[in-house]
This record gives sequence, C-alpha cells and structure tokens, in this order.
Amino acid sequence: MIQNLLRVEKYFDSPTEKLQVMRETLNQASGDLILKAHKPHISVRNLNVYLAKKHILKNVSLDIPDKAITCIIGPSGCGKTTLLKTFNRLLQNSVDVKIEGDVLVDGENIHGKEVEVESIRKKMGLLSQRPCPLPMSIYDNIAYGPRIHGIRRKKTLNLMVEKYLREAGLWDEVKDRLKSPATSLSIGQQQRLCLARGLAVKPEIILGDEATSALDPISSKKIEELFVKLRDQYSIVLVTHTLRQARRIADYVIFMYLGEVIEAAPASEIFSNPKEKLTKEYLDGYFS
Amino acid sequence: MNTIRYNKYRQAKEFLIRHIMLLLTLVSLTFAILIGISLYYKSVPILDHQSIWGLLSGSSWRPLKGEFGFFPFIMGTLWVTILAVIISLPLCLLAAIYLSEYAHPYIKKIVFPMIDVLAGIPPVVYGVWGILAVVPFISEKLAPHFVEFSTGYSILAGGIVLAIMIIPLMISVFIEIFDALPGGLREASLSLGATNWQTIKKVVLRKSFPGLAAAVVLAISRAFGETIAVLMVCGNVSEVPKSLFDPAYPLPALIANNYGEMMSIPLYDAALMLSALLLFVIILAFNAISRLVLIRIERNFAL
Repeated sequence: MIQNLLRVEKYFDSPTEKLQVMRETLNQASGDLILKAHKPHISVRNLNVYLAKKHILKNVSLDIPDKAITCIIGPSGCGKTTLLKTFNRLLQNSVDVKIEGDVLVDGENIHGKEVEVESIRKKMGLLSQRPCPLPMSIYDNIAYGPRIHGIRRKKTLNLMVEKYLREAGLWDEVKDRLKSPATSLSIGQQQRLCLARGLAVKPEIILGDEATSALDPISSKKIEELFVKLRDQYSIVLVTHTLRQARRIADYVIFMYLGEVIEAAPASEIFSNPKEKLTKEYLDGYFS
Repeated sequence: MNTIRYNKYRQAKEFLIRHIMLLLTLVSLTFAILIGISLYYKSVPILDHQSIWGLLSGSSWRPLKGEFGFFPFIMGTLWVTILAVIISLPLCLLAAIYLSEYAHPYIKKIVFPMIDVLAGIPPVVYGVWGILAVVPFISEKLAPHFVEFSTGYSILAGGIVLAIMIIPLMISVFIEIFDALPGGLREASLSLGATNWQTIKKVVLRKSFPGLAAAVVLAISRAFGETIAVLMVCGNVSEVPKSLFDPAYPLPALIANNYGEMMSIPLYDAALMLSALLLFVIILAFNAISRLVLIRIERNFAL
C-alpha cells in the first residue's frame, strides 16, 4: 500500500489529480494506514488545558501524522483553536492558563525546561483566521522571518522572497509592487502572503486556524490547493469549520467535541464509516 | 394592522434631538473662539503702541519704563516644556512597554492604581515637593559639578517636576495605544519565532508610531499650560536662560504672578493679555502643526 502511495506521488503532477487517485487508493486501504506510512510528527499525551479555571481540553491524546493534511473538526468552542495554540506555545501568553500533559514534537517535549520557545515556533508556521500582515511592505513581510533568524545578505533575501512568494502562488501578482504596503493587497492575497511569510522561516509544520473562513470562495480554493501542493514537504494541521473542506483535502481527521477527542482516523474511514455515534451525527449535520 | 404612515410625533422628536445636539456642539466650539477674540481685543492697546515683532523679540521686561519684551518668557516656556518631554518620554515609553507586553497581570493590578494616584495629585503638591526635594538637590548636589552657582530654582527643576507631572498621563495613554493593537499582529510575529523584544521593536512600535506621536503632542500641550508647579520651582527671573541651571519665567507663571497687581502701570494689563494670547496661539499652532505632521506620518505608515 505504501508503495502504491509512492507511485501516486511520482506519476501525477497535478495536485487535484493526485489527490483523487490517492483517495481512491486510500479508500481501498484499511486501518491506520496513514499513521503507518507517516510516522507521527506531533504526539499529544494526556493534555489538559485550563483557561481561567475552565477545563478546555480534557485528557487529549492524539498523533498528528508527518507530511499529511490533518483536519481537526468539531463544533465551535470545542477547543480546536486552543489545541492548535498549545502546539506552538502561543497559549502561554494568555492570562490565567494552566497546561498539563505532554506535547511531543519529533519526540521532544515542547514544555520541557531546556526548550526555547522561539525555536519551537520557528518549526511551526501559523496561519490565522484573518490574515494579519505585518505593518511593512510586501517584501519586508516575507523577509521579516529570515531577518529575525540572522539572514542579512540582500541577495539571499531577494532570492528567498521570490522563492516563497512563488511557492504561495503570489509572485506573479505582486512582483511589480514588492515595496508597497502589505495591506494594499486583497484579503485573499494577504492570506497567501501570510502563508509565504510562514514558509520563509522554513517550518516543518503548518498550523491553519480556520485559514480560509474569512476568504471568498476563489481565494479559499487557492489556499486549499496550496495546502495540497505543500503536503509532501510539510505536516499540515488545519482547524476547520467547513466539513466539505475537510472532505476535499484531509488525509487524517480528528473530531473533537467539548474538549475531548471523540474520534481520530484516516479521512476515508471517518467520512465513510464513522465509529462513534456522535461523529456520525456531526457529519450528518444534526449539530454544528 | 400597522400603518406605514408618517408618524409626526416621532419624526419631530428625532429632528429636535438632532438639532439640539448640533447646537450644543457649536456652543462648546464657540467658547474657544470667544476666548481667542476677547484676548485679542484686550491686548489691542499694547499692539497699537509697539510692533508685534518688537514685543516678541525684545528681551527686557521693565513695565515701569514701558518696555515689554516677551522673548525671555517664550524661551523659558519652551526650555521647560522640551526638557520635561525629553526626560519623561523614554521613561514612559519603556514603562508602558513593560507594563503592556511583559508584566504579569498581578503587577499590572498593583501599578495601574498607583499611576492613577500619581495623576490625581494636585499640581501645587508637586510644586511643594519640587521646592523641598528637587531644588535643594540641584543647588547642593548637581549644580556644583557644572556651574559656579545656582540657587536650584532653575529650568532643570521645572523640567523635572513637569516631567513627573506628565508621566502618568503619558504612560496611561501609551498603554492604551499598545492594548488597542490587534492581538493577531503579535501572534503573527511571535509565530515566526521572533522574541518578544524583536516583536516590540519591529512590529508593535512601528504599528503604533502615529498613536505614540499623538500622545506626545497631547502631553506637550498639557506641559505648555502647566502653571503653578512650574512657577514654584522655576525661579521666575525675566532673563533669557543660558543653561539648564539658570532660572526661567514661563508665560503661564508670568500671568499668574502678576495679574491683578500693578494694574496702575499703563499697558501692563494689555501686556499680560498679550502673553495669554501668545500662549493660546502657541498651543493652537503647535496642535495644528502636529496634526499636519501626524497626517503625513499616518500616510507613510499606512501599512
């Protein structure tokens, strides 16, 4: 089966075509195929998070596969975003927060004593719900990350800016106005800019917090296609409210409800044959 | 069944409320204009006698001989105000950054009320404290290192006292500006692996620069008009100050010290009115210029 997957990656260049064949292959597969093909990149063990004395995440244990798209679905307020923010330790900036349990990235505990927050965050690009361009030019937005991590040479920066703008499919639209402010872009372009900015620090993981929910259909389609294109190089974790989006692009799905993980399984499995009653009801639209 | 006919009563009320509010807005604006006009009207006698440039640039103030030179007072005002801002700006900026970006909520809970207390102390108390603490410190400890003799009643004393007076205002406005920034901005920078300090330097300060500039302008306007505390520690000698340890005589102090006395001297009354008008115009011009600068800054920083 794994060989089959590899074959798929080799022969199909168009992301959508690849996706389709992959899905067909996966549909025949069974069990934890994805987890076997992709070793876990992030492992969460017995994670409990309290925000202002409220128990937000309850004993969460899960694995996020390497180099695949994982979608976290579930109704609003079930702790999806909190979970995502625990991954890159942005949560600890909030007031009155208590975190128990382990989050392992490549086997290392991110809450360990000798861990530097900055290097964890560098490992994970975050794409927030609303695009949030930094108050500077398009060029400087992309160059911001590399500059922070010590790259000063103009030539290198130029190359990087072009590379990552191309990767985010934005280069052709902005190459003539790299010096203009980032806020002059449309909101869909801004989101792709944010993606490019995140990629420029060479992360291993991309975290998307409802990354397409503020965008128009065409822009969100572009972002989705980007995710599909990027899944060979990055582990992508998406929190999403749109079930259809999860159906389209997810390899692995985690369903959460009221701070608990109800079900985690490969996409094909969870959508065609959910094990839990709650999952089935959510997928059928009884509640959202 | 509800009709959609014109409800006369409701519409009349709407009309009335709207226009009363307009009227009240105009009234409050009119006061500013009225003050300006009446000050000008009162200072016309002296303007008839002497040219405005002569008055502004003249540096001798001898009312008995009919010499009214405002230059020392204008310089005194500027020196004290600028010194106060130079002292308080870095202090306030760093304090505000610490409180809004680094401080534990627990610390904030203690510090914010203290800032409010500082803001609530009456100016005269600051003045007394200046006389008891700042003035002796300058004359005994500080001045001997720099000049031969200073009474301590000086620009420096005025600047320090004024700086302390505008600190609470500046800190609380700065914090408000930092808190008004969208939180996603910091998260965006942090999630790229930036440290807190890098985020503050390159994102927070950059984004809030127009607001910070406006806050400084506000503080300067306050400092210009501050009278009693400055009057108590500045020495009030009508000479153009040459160093920080020289006494000065700011415009508000001139008016407060002399109005109501020696009114028998011809033109004295008009001269004081002119100084009030000057203060009025300086603050007005300062606000106008800074508004223009702010608009330009905002355009350049519209990112």
